[in-house]
Amino acid sequence: MTDPDDRADRAGSADADGGGVASTWDGPSQPWLLNGDCRGRQHRSLLLEITTRAVFPTVLVFSVYLLLVGHYGPGGGFSAGLVAGLAFVLRHIAGGGGDLGTGRVVRPPTVFGTGMAVAVLSALLPLAFGLGVLESAKLGVTLPVLGTIEVQTSLLLEVGVYLLIVGVVLELLRSLGTGIERDLDEAGEQPES
Amino acid sequence: MLALVVAHLVLAGLLPLVSARSRPAAFAVAALPPSVALLWAFSQTGPALGGGVTESVAWAPALGLTLSFRLDALALVMIILVSGVGAVILVHSIGYFDRDSPQATRSAALLLAFAGAMLGLVLADDLLTLYVFWELTSIASFLLVGQGGERRAERRAAVQALLVTVFGGLAMLLGFVLLGQAAGTYRISEILADPPRGGLVPVALVLVLLGAFTKSAQLPFHPWLPAAMVAPTPVSAYLHAASMVKAGVYLVARLSPGFADLAVWWAPVVVVGLGTMLVGGWRALGETDLKKVLAFGTVSQLGFLMVLLGAGDRTAALAGAAMLLAHALFKAPLFLTVGTIDHATGTRDLRKLSGLRTALPGTAVAAALAAASMAGLPPLLGFIGKEAAFEAFVDEGGARGYLVAFGLLAGSMLTAAYSARFLWGAFATKPGVEATVVHHRPGALLTGPIWLCAVAGLVLGGAYVLVDLLVMPYAAAYPDEHGYHLALWHGFNIPLLFSALAIGGGLLLHRARATVDALSHHSPVDAQRGYRSTVDGVSRLALVVTGRLQAGSLPVYLGVILVTFILLPGVAAVVAGQWPADQPVYDALVQVPLALVVVVAALALTRSHRRFTAVLLVGVIGYGVGGLFIIDGAPDLALAQFLVETLSMVAFVFVLRRLPAHFTERRPTWLTRLPRLLIAAVGGITVAGIAVVLSAARVGPAVASGEFVRLAPEGAGANNVVSAIIVDFRALDTVGEIGVLFIAAAGVSSLVLATRYDTRRKRESGREQVSSGQSGPDHEREVLG
Repeated sequence: MTDPDDRADRAGSADADGGGVASTWDGPSQPWLLNGDCRGRQHRSLLLEITTRAVFPTVLVFSVYLLLVGHYGPGGGFSAGLVAGLAFVLRHIAGGGGDLGTGRVVRPPTVFGTGMAVAVLSALLPLAFGLGVLESAKLGVTLPVLGTIEVQTSLLLEVGVYLLIVGVVLELLRSLGTGIERDLDEAGEQPES
Repeated sequence: MLALVVAHLVLAGLLPLVSARSRPAAFAVAALPPSVALLWAFSQTGPALGGGVTESVAWAPALGLTLSFRLDALALVMIILVSGVGAVILVHSIGYFDRDSPQATRSAALLLAFAGAMLGLVLADDLLTLYVFWELTSIASFLLVGQGGERRAERRAAVQALLVTVFGGLAMLLGFVLLGQAAGTYRISEILADPPRGGLVPVALVLVLLGAFTKSAQLPFHPWLPAAMVAPTPVSAYLHAASMVKAGVYLVARLSPGFADLAVWWAPVVVVGLGTMLVGGWRALGETDLKKVLAFGTVSQLGFLMVLLGAGDRTAALAGAAMLLAHALFKAPLFLTVGTIDHATGTRDLRKLSGLRTALPGTAVAAALAAASMAGLPPLLGFIGKEAAFEAFVDEGGARGYLVAFGLLAGSMLTAAYSARFLWGAFATKPGVEATVVHHRPGALLTGPIWLCAVAGLVLGGAYVLVDLLVMPYAAAYPDEHGYHLALWHGFNIPLLFSALAIGGGLLLHRARATVDALSHHSPVDAQRGYRSTVDGVSRLALVVTGRLQAGSLPVYLGVILVTFILLPGVAAVVAGQWPADQPVYDALVQVPLALVVVVAALALTRSHRRFTAVLLVGVIGYGVGGLFIIDGAPDLALAQFLVETLSMVAFVFVLRRLPAHFTERRPTWLTRLPRLLIAAVGGITVAGIAVVLSAARVGPAVASGEFVRLAPEGAGANNVVSAIIVDFRALDTVGEIGVLFIAAAGVSSLVLATRYDTRRKRESGREQVSSGQSGPDHEREVLG
């Protein structure tokens, strides 16, 4: 773990000394939230950054919980996808567009395209087993310690919805968030809010 | 039969793989499936000429949709054109397209796909199957005429061909549905066995004829065919001479045995066909582009075929089927001749060509043979067909018979005249024009197919017995009155006189070509102008309507929506609805403060001047509604509501960075605000009132809800009934909804990206205006002409 002040200083001075900082034991070893290319000091909120660091993985795990629990309580693919999307929104607000732009490996269209594909394939999959389109069945597995685990196959459709929603939110962040930010930068304006 | 058709289409899809290695090889491979189809058809000759070979594949049994095919005499004749002539033209294409021609890859695959679609069309025994293949050929024609779409003439011609034929195709589909419903079946053989009468059948037939007329370039839809001549010559020879344009004639021929006794069927066919024959022949005499001469000739011949095959007479049908064969065998080689000349000399303008008779003697002889068949000279197949045609109508006698016979005589004179014009234009040595230089001597691949077709016309003329055997089963659908058979010599009779008159008159017309040429450009009506003004008119109408409806003012849009809502469901609720007698003010006390918060936020929203404030207030309303959901025991709904509300606030804030902070600089006057206030207030009250009235409208317990709750744990494996509904009971809805979301996301991102792209381009190229959209009126005008 890194001291936030130290990291803020490093990010600020990265331009001055060309980014090369001797690695110390308490220095940052990987770009976790900010990659040193932040939006300038006056736009940073240290409190928000730290909160985001702590909350982001938790929210993602929570979204997976919502995805799985949908069959038994409030939740489901749609809500879970929105929760995961909001986690990325938080990260975008805290770290700026650059953070998401570099930290992300897959592109948003790929994510929502995959979601759509998973949903459609899960709808057609039952045909291969002689069932109707979108028909679902219960699969049970008995594991040594956990006992019997049952999964409804419609969970696959939920996963498709989840991926699609996450992809849509990421796309929103890219087009409306980062995109507009870049426009403002190019036009030489400062964002108002 | 389905396998054959599918093999064409699949191989067409794989053909680019061959083209990547060698383009000539691609055409050679493309010629294989049609050859196989032809051989298969010949192997089935016996049963096909007997009772017909049928095949039926259930496609969607629940909807009663089947892919039905039937090979009979007429289909066999058509397969000789589609697959036989098709294979010959594909072989010619090997030599026609250069090794590095950019058009070759596309053309090879599309020509083969077209051959498959056309084969399906002539084999189809189901109206809907026929329609599918019909439109596939239109699309293939569009793509083949349009080619790369780089030249304006190609784009215009392709769009015109598509618009006209698809317009007719849609009318025809409507006709098919009416016909199928009236007959109780869509099987063509069953409809013809017991043709329906009365009711909407006349309307259906007129609609079907509209499709046939547009496809076969009949008056007044004919201009698309000459315009389509911008396509490479093998494409013109195959689609626009030998096969596709015959589809309309084929349809008329197919349905005539069932309907030719109705005036609503034969009268339009005969009148339009004769008119087309005369106009096409006349226009051919004024053209200077050899391809255009042939194109108008094709229009003329298609009219001729229409008359023969739609008249509903045994001899005429015999003549029609023979002419169908003859036309493909003389028109395709003539087109290929033009292609060869174009390939060899670089021009096909008959004013520039001279002396090719000596330069290309082989091609000249083959073309002369084909043109002689077109003009109706013995002993060629064209002569035999024409004799039978004259015989049919002279023998019929009466007003109709003689009118048609003399019409055909006039048309045949024009045919002989433009046949002579073609030969003279292509091969004659013209005084004052220097001899055309032949750059590339045409190889055997180019001239071989011409010879093959032309000689086939000669051989079949001699072997008329074979032709008679082939087409007789089709004509046998009509009552046999005279026992007429195709033959070279029927003795000295009126038809022979007509034939002689036609050729003599044609040669006279050709002698007077200077006068005729000048006259043929004077025309009181111009069908092409009619097409343009129709397209322009529709375009203008669309602009006017769009301009009126899409005013671009948000208050107007909202006002229209709200007023419609107030007038339709609002009035209906007042008239028919009932205010519940026991409507409680609230269910739980917590609802009151929540409702108050929502109401206050809504009121404040109307007073806010800053966009940011407004967005926050919308958020407050949303969260308040979410709270009400919780109280009413809908946690799933509330969760979704909170999450969506949060996300939309974020999206709003993102966008707000690009918008002014305030709504408008000045407050609007009371004069504009008062109506808005009124509409908004009445609209709000209507929504609330309808909510109460509708919630009281249910008289019994909801059956579906109860079943959902009962079935959820067992049927869907979910204790949460909402989830069970979303991913199981109504899962198709869910897939549809995320599909909408998917499209919206893709649309939004491309819109944003397009705008960003435009601004960047604008910045880079100074003040130049760049528009990313292609659908502006200028673009349309550019394409549609």
